[in-house]
Parts: sequence; structure tokens; C-alpha cells
Amino acid sequence: MNFPIDEIRKDFPILSRPVNGRPLVYFDNGATAQTPRQVVEAMDRVYYEYNSNIHRGIHTLSNLSTEAFEAAREKVRDFINAAESRQIIFTRGTTEAINLVAHSFGAAFMQPGDALVVSEMEHHSNIVPWQLLAERMQLELKVLPVLDNGELDLAALPALLDERTRLLAITHISNVLGTINPVKDIVELAHSKGVKVLIDGAQAIHHTRVDVAALDCDFYVFSGHKMYGPTGTGVLYGKAELLEAMPPWQGGGEMIQQVRFSGSTYNELPYKFEAGTPDYVGVVGLGAAVDYLQQLGMVAIGAYEKELFAYAVERLEGLGDLIFYGTAAQRGSLLSFLPEGIHPFDAGTLLDKMGIAVRTGHHCAQPLMDRFGIPGTVRASFGLYNTKSEVDALAEGLLKVRQLFA
Amino acid sequence: MTIEEREKEIVEEFSMLSDWMDRYSLLIELGNDLTDFEEEHRSNQNLIEGCQSKVWLYAWEKDGLIYFMADSDAIIVKGIVALLIRVLNGRTPDEILEAPLAFVDAIGLKEHLSPTRSNGLVAMIKQMRMYALAYKTKLAR
Repeated sequence: MNFPIDEIRKDFPILSRPVNGRPLVYFDNGATAQTPRQVVEAMDRVYYEYNSNIHRGIHTLSNLSTEAFEAAREKVRDFINAAESRQIIFTRGTTEAINLVAHSFGAAFMQPGDALVVSEMEHHSNIVPWQLLAERMQLELKVLPVLDNGELDLAALPALLDERTRLLAITHISNVLGTINPVKDIVELAHSKGVKVLIDGAQAIHHTRVDVAALDCDFYVFSGHKMYGPTGTGVLYGKAELLEAMPPWQGGGEMIQQVRFSGSTYNELPYKFEAGTPDYVGVVGLGAAVDYLQQLGMVAIGAYEKELFAYAVERLEGLGDLIFYGTAAQRGSLLSFLPEGIHPFDAGTLLDKMGIAVRTGHHCAQPLMDRFGIPGTVRASFGLYNTKSEVDALAEGLLKVRQLFA
Repeated sequence: MTIEEREKEIVEEFSMLSDWMDRYSLLIELGNDLTDFEEEHRSNQNLIEGCQSKVWLYAWEKDGLIYFMADSDAIIVKGIVALLIRVLNGRTPDEILEAPLAFVDAIGLKEHLSPTRSNGLVAMIKQMRMYALAYKTKLAR
């Protein structure tokens, strides 16, 4: 397989730093991924060579900055195979993108008494904006359950998509269980019932090839910092006719056409939803992250990560005393588990002492923790630069944790 | 033994352990040995919820001195809780309010008292001092 892992690791300087006197093993990619030089350098170039506000000035620097910003939009469009670049709205992250849809889709398409559906495995970011909307507009928020193995209870879905239901908001890959949901089938079913679908792609966009045209989803949202881009950037993809019909969310500069005290008219897509000066430097960095992923190739990344994941499953299952959460047939990118009789906080604290960064706790998915009756898990989430020897280090670290508790 | 003497005693115990594994081993042992929490006090009122772990804290006053009883679902947190109780138990409200608690830093566990660890320990110390303040006000009447 042509995946130059040693060269790739050199692109991420942070991976060679020690932590607590040990080589860093970074397995918290589900929370944030590290940033390659190419992304940081692209942002450096903005600041050092052509920093200027976008879409504002007629001067040279402003034009260069605007061109770089819009080039990033085009890169993202191509990356997810959207039809038009105006369907790509830049946000501060997945959370803001969901809040935008909750506000504007709700205002355009929902009436009191309507219903929304989310699943039991959602991140709080894909629950709370809908709860707020439901409270504001007197909607019903319905929940699609999760089965014991961490798969969605899809048999329960048709009944939830009744004539009152307007939108289904669902994650592509679970941030706790690693379950890869059959989103294409789910979209097809929802559409057959006249229900629109938002897919939370925060945990998927950097692991698998996402094709919004093939998925036919109505909205797809993701964050820059989980796909090796800078923090504070995110993307909302939406179908043009829906975005056109939705009112603006935030008001300010850029999103207007004309402002009079008698009333204002709004700019066209995508600017209608990009009020104020956007993080244009970050967006250029996001564009560089897309370039980085495209250069390695999502197929190659997927194949490398699949092999690494299979090795991690084999290695950690081999320890014999871990309880795994999420054993779906289709899963990947992360493992969530509890060492028997040991609190996740204790395990995570001791692993940190060994230079191993994992996430512990409820992973912003408390309803899912309640579903499994646990306070939290230890989560090892993998990225394109992780290696089998790092998985070995985790396995050995977990053995040491066990020894300390013996 | 004064609070300072007690803190010094703990620092000496930990200073004999140079390896982090030995220090955490001792903390786990201290956590496991803290078993006197009475179940009747395991109420939501006495619960200090951190993002990562939970602490239950109960306090009472006898002859002008404050006593604590505490528990946690995480053993490392419980070990640190045991140390805090060892230092602050049976003290006057003023002693508790003025205790520097510098030993936590001295034994290399400062990271656990950072607000970003969200393990409930920072809130627990605050709550211990709140109890001291409340009893001080009560005793002054």
C-alpha cells in the first residue's frame, strides 16, 4: 500500500514532542486532529503576504484575500461533490452550522405541532439546538433508539417519520461508538416520507469519502479542526432551494444587499448566511487541509485507517478485560471501552502519565451514556498519522493501569 | 498536629516515592482505604458533580471543630480527597478557611486541582471552605 506514514508523520511536528517524559501517543483525534505544516503555512502566508478583509476593498491585497477565501470554498465544494459553491456556507464549526439550520430551517418550514427526529447516539451539539427550537416553536422532539450493539434501531424509524415530522438530524459516524450509520438508506427512507435530513459529519468527513450528491442529503455539516484544519472553521452544505428559502440567521456586514431603516434586503447565497467578517484566514487553512487530504487520497486514508482499526480491535480485545461499547457491523475510527472495575477518569489519568492522550468521560453524549448505564468510557480515536506501534503502546499502557489497580 | 505539620508529613511520605507509578499506587491505596462514607449521606444535596467524576461531601460540627466525610466514583480523586480530609478534619472554621493546601502542589498533583480537570476536586475544596464559613457564622451567633 502506498501510504508513506513516516513522511506523513513529519508533516505534523507536534507528534514528535514528548509528554510527561514519554513520546506522545495521540489518540484523541475524535476531539481534535493535529494540524500539518501545510495548513499552518498556508495561514502564515495570509498574514505575512496578503492579509486584508475579503469582499470589501478594491485594492490588490483585498482581492488576493478574497480569491484565496473563495478558492477554499471551491475546494470544499469539490471535496464533498456539491453541485455549486454557493451551497457551501462557512461557519465556526459543526455546532454553529447545526444552530444555523435549527434557526433558519425552523423559521422557514416548521409550524407549532410539527416534529423533529434525532437519534439516541447524537452529540449534544445535535440535540440541544433542536431542543431549543422545539421549545421555541412548540415542536415535538422524537428520539430514534440505539440497539445494544451500538447500531441504530432502524426498524423504529419509519413510525417516527410520520406526517408531522419535518426533519431528521442524524450523525454519520458516532463519536462514542464508532458506528457508521447507513446514511444513504436513511435519507432515501426519510425522503420517501417527505422528511428532510441533516447529517452531522463531524466524525466522518476525514475518514471516508463524502459525496453529498450521492447521499442526496439536505444538509451536511462538519468542522475544520477534526479534518486536520484550523479550529474555528466549519462547513454547512445545503440544498440550494432550501437555503434560498431559509431566512438569514445572524445579521451584519456581508450578508446584506441594502440596509435602510425602513427595511433591509439580503445578499444572495452563500453570503446571506455569513454575517460579519468571517475567519478568512482559517478558511484558507481549511482549504489547505482539503488539499492535504486530497493529495493523500481519501481512499488511501480509508484503507490505511481500516487496517489500523482492525489491528487495534485485535490488540485491545486480546487484553481480555476491557468492556467495549459499540460493536456494530459497520464501525471504525475509534474504540470506546472500560477496563473492568476501573473508572474512566482513573484510566485516562494514568495513561496520560505514560504520554498517551485518550478522551475519557461522557463525550458530550449523556443520553447515550444513560442508554448504556455508564458514567463514561475511555475513547481511543485514530487519525491518519497513527501507527500500529502506538496501538501497542496503548495496549501496554492499559496493562500497566491494570497492574496499578491489582 | 497543625495543618502545616500535617501537610509536611504528607509531603515527606510522597517524597520517598520518586517514580510516578509509586505515587499513584499510593493514591489508589489511599482511595481504596477511604471507606467510612455513610450511605445515608449519598444524596444529590451532597453531590459535587464534575464533568469527569463525582464527589460526595458531608460535613458536621462538634465542639467548634469541623469534620468531613467524602467519597468519589474515581479512585485517584478519592485518594486526593482522603489527603484533604486528613489535613482539614477536626479543624476550626478559621483554620480551614486559611489552610494553604500547598502540599498538593508539592507532591506533584497540582494538575488535579486545575479547574480544567473538571473532576470535582476544585469544587470540593470550595465546598469545604463554604461549610467552614457557614459554621463560623453559626458559631459566632
